[in-house]
Amino acid sequence: MELLRIENLSKSYSNHQALSNVSMAIPKGSIFGLLGPNGAGKTTLIRIITRIIEQDSGEAYLGGEKITPELVRRIGYLPEERGLYKKMKVGEQLLYLARLKGLSRTDAVDKIKNWLRRLDLTEWHNKAIEDLSKGMAQKVQFIATVLHEPELIILDEPFSGFDPVNANLIKDEIFKLQEAGATVIFSTHRMESVEELCDHIALINKSQKILDGKKLDIKNDHKDGTFIVTHEGSLVGGAHFELLSSSRTEIGLTESIIKDRTAGGPNNLVKELINHVEIHSFIEKVPTINEIFISKVKGGSHE
Amino acid sequence: MNNIGLIIAREYLSRVRKKSFIVMTLLAPILFGGFFFFIGWSATREADTQTIVVVDESKLFESVFENDNETVFSYTSTSLDNAKEEVLTGLFDGLLYIPSVDVEKPEGVAFYSTNNPSITMMRKLSRRIEGEIENIKLTRSGIDKEVLDGLKADVDISTFNLSESGDEVVSSSIGATAIGWASGFIIYMFIFVYGAMCMRGVVEEKTSRIIEVVISSVKPFNLMLGKVLGIAGVGLSQFILWVILSIGISTFVGGMFAGNATSVKDAQAQQLEQMDIPQDEGQLAQQEAQNTVFSDFTGALSTVNIPLVIICFLFYFLTGYLLYGALFAAIGSAVDSDADAQQFMFPVTIPLIISIVALNGVINDPNGSMAFWMSIIPFTSPVIMMMRVPFGVPVWELALSMVLMVGGFLFTIWLASRIYRIGILMHGTKVNYKTLGKWIMMKN
Repeated sequence: MELLRIENLSKSYSNHQALSNVSMAIPKGSIFGLLGPNGAGKTTLIRIITRIIEQDSGEAYLGGEKITPELVRRIGYLPEERGLYKKMKVGEQLLYLARLKGLSRTDAVDKIKNWLRRLDLTEWHNKAIEDLSKGMAQKVQFIATVLHEPELIILDEPFSGFDPVNANLIKDEIFKLQEAGATVIFSTHRMESVEELCDHIALINKSQKILDGKKLDIKNDHKDGTFIVTHEGSLVGGAHFELLSSSRTEIGLTESIIKDRTAGGPNNLVKELINHVEIHSFIEKVPTINEIFISKVKGGSHE
Repeated sequence: MNNIGLIIAREYLSRVRKKSFIVMTLLAPILFGGFFFFIGWSATREADTQTIVVVDESKLFESVFENDNETVFSYTSTSLDNAKEEVLTGLFDGLLYIPSVDVEKPEGVAFYSTNNPSITMMRKLSRRIEGEIENIKLTRSGIDKEVLDGLKADVDISTFNLSESGDEVVSSSIGATAIGWASGFIIYMFIFVYGAMCMRGVVEEKTSRIIEVVISSVKPFNLMLGKVLGIAGVGLSQFILWVILSIGISTFVGGMFAGNATSVKDAQAQQLEQMDIPQDEGQLAQQEAQNTVFSDFTGALSTVNIPLVIICFLFYFLTGYLLYGALFAAIGSAVDSDADAQQFMFPVTIPLIISIVALNGVINDPNGSMAFWMSIIPFTSPVIMMMRVPFGVPVWELALSMVLMVGGFLFTIWLASRIYRIGILMHGTKVNYKTLGKWIMMKN
């Protein structure tokens, strides 16, 4: 079941097209990666979803309804550019932002206490933001994003600026939120950083969606019959496979990357290889999202 | 809307609780009090005594220069050069040189000193010389000075306001001027200070990037209006606190001064009696003038329509601030830093500055056409109308001005919100008037 559906969204600014005819569906309970280089239109798409700006055409639906300002309260948005009122105290700031989202005072106070404990910030409750380290301020902002228990959490480059320890802490919290039923959208240009987190992805480039779907499906679709073989003896390409590269490993073996020419499947390839070399390992090379992206953008389709 | 209440509360509380607000609120009345005290003190205090040596080659002015509180004259028969020497060595503060002049054509009178003499001093010296020459001329033409003095008449014109009820109210232009000027100026100051505060608040939200977090739960228009209104509350609170503190301080200081003043007067009178010196006519006149100013001013408090002034003040104070505050907020949204804001602030503040400059003209003719138009046009009316109100303004003019003022601030808030909604999300774009125009026209 999909939580967010985007239909034919287009948006242009005075001098360029930011989104052209983008459609996608984000399944409920998924961790969805919105990937693309800088300036691809990710932030514009998010701003339209959160009703910060208006689209030229198309529509976005949350749980089947057109997104209205009231509905936006069910979304938690962590913008890429981090900011808080520097002079305000942590507790007051969170209370203010939570109440803007429609939480009652008592409810908000309880939740703030909980979250500050969860992220180890309790003793900073009464400190002004400007006295906090950058990482701590980011944690506060993360709390502000999820405090009102939104169904949809949109995180724009959530890990930039976090040290590895805090990044893992936040990752764990994201998984916990997903378990609790939230849907998460990650927007990032560093594709490798969220590849492990996402189960669904969409690739955006130059205002257009170029690919979306389950991560697994996409990867399977983009396998191009390339295998990594570690072996003893030398290998030469032939009618069955093409030798793409060869290198020596630390323990004196050779690692070759070969490409199947017959589409006969791995077993046939192994049978052929056994005739030439002694195989120590044989593994299919699954493309990374980054590789898929680059191949798509360059227009060099392998399908 | 509930949101706007939250925003107003945050904008208000975050500023009112600041140390700088508390310090300024407590300190400003003391500073203002000190300022007025200083003015009063410097106007009434006696200047340091100066000694002036007179070289009078004409021998006409030998008894003209009498010593007074500020100046001691001494006549000398030495040459001009010797006298100059004496001034240079510091024996005298100044040297007045009068050559043997022709009474019909007095030329060549000169004053020498090591530093620039004061204007009052020069005026005093020339007036005495002129007076003596006049006397000489009078005598020559056979007119007795006493006869001439007897011919002089002194007429004071009392001014009355005719009202429809038929009462003749003693009007007091000095009191009205003081009240009008002060209230106009306070409005001007507040618009500047709190308008700039709006602008900085917006710039802070924009540069700290909190804006995107907030804007996803609040409409830009509400956010802007909440900020402008919250800061209006800060301004109003500060003003009310100042009034209370000032009244407190001035009653305290006033009480102290009143006691002092009578004792000083008594002492002076005693001194004069003892010394049996006739009081200088000028001094007497001055004192009398001071007395009339004072009674005039207190009189004004009873003749100027004080409740109307207060109502108008609060109205123009708020609407004037809202009108300009919205524009300042729009400027803040369009720029990336305070420094970039200057180029846009200038045109916005021009009408304000013009109103302050025009105040003098309005004082001279509070019901003239310039005063009329400037008190009707919303951008200048807060300051100018406050100048006119104490003098009495026809009801229709006041009503028209107020209606236009409300229309004016609704318009600027609308205009500002058009710029604001786009501007707050724009970073790093060089903004000029053309882009601002485009933003205003742009649909959402």
